[in-house]
Amino acid sequence: MSVETKISDREIIAALQGGLPIVAAPYAEVADKLGMSEVDLVARIAAMKDSGAIRRIAAAPNHYKLGMVANGMTVWDVDDTQVANLGTQIGALPFVTHCYERPRARDNDWPYNLFAMVHGGTPAEVEAKRSEIAAILGDACQGHDILYSKRILKKTGLRLRKRG
Amino acid sequence: MMLDDTDRLLINRLQEDLPLSNRPFADVGRELGLTESAVIERIEAMKASGAITRFGPFFDVAAMGGAFCLCAIAVPADRFEEVMIEVNDFPEVAHNYERDHTLNMWFVLATETPEGIAETAERIEEKTGLQVLCFPKLQEFFIGFRVKA
Repeated sequence: MSVETKISDREIIAALQGGLPIVAAPYAEVADKLGMSEVDLVARIAAMKDSGAIRRIAAAPNHYKLGMVANGMTVWDVDDTQVANLGTQIGALPFVTHCYERPRARDNDWPYNLFAMVHGGTPAEVEAKRSEIAAILGDACQGHDILYSKRILKKTGLRLRKRG
Repeated sequence: MMLDDTDRLLINRLQEDLPLSNRPFADVGRELGLTESAVIERIEAMKASGAITRFGPFFDVAAMGGAFCLCAIAVPADRFEEVMIEVNDFPEVAHNYERDHTLNMWFVLATETPEGIAETAERIEEKTGLQVLCFPKLQEFFIGFRVKA
């Protein structure tokens, strides 16, 4: 067994989960800390991208700081037989950044099964986008609401629990 | 900090994938007509100002055998700060937002196994004494995440 294969994906994830160092040769720096070569680390990251374990290496922007001060989670009670078709249409809208079907929680007064995240520069802009979604859903929607975000309480991305 | 046009150009590019090359920031700079050191300085400044919250790999725990789940709690107003500290203390809580609703705390759990979601939700219920509602995704219609700066 070569030295490189002794380093687990878990160790690589642990070394990268806090972020990539912002230096000229970031992969070399991480590889150095792990005690492997840059070429091998890059190959391992490429394999993790192929498997889908890593979606991409990128910046997570803070929407607020980019002037996207209004961020509304719009939620919709959509006919179950139409949710797949309508969800696809809503997810394709350029101002929707996430769109999911999720289970209802009727016991907790939550009849909504379609979630679409909408970002805008002003609440009025978000409301206009919400109306656009309502128009597409039409009679298939029995009720809807919007939950504005007031504060980011935590945003860290993945953190592995420490193993003893 | 105000972002200038170059920052906006860079932040849009950096929401796409970084090359797996020896000098990835030099490569990005070449695409945008910036030097490697200008790219690095601007990323550092945007991280320092909070315009970029994180720079690095986006992991998909589901592809690694784990799971994600959106969860919510209706937190009494007078306990909000205390419950926030308790919930944020769980490393499985990847992000957490305060929202304007009776269900006023919304967070995403990321666990290494699918069973970890229910287990973690239960531990959060024990810790806070409050019910945790879980809203796992049944279908995903778009996974864009990118916001034009």
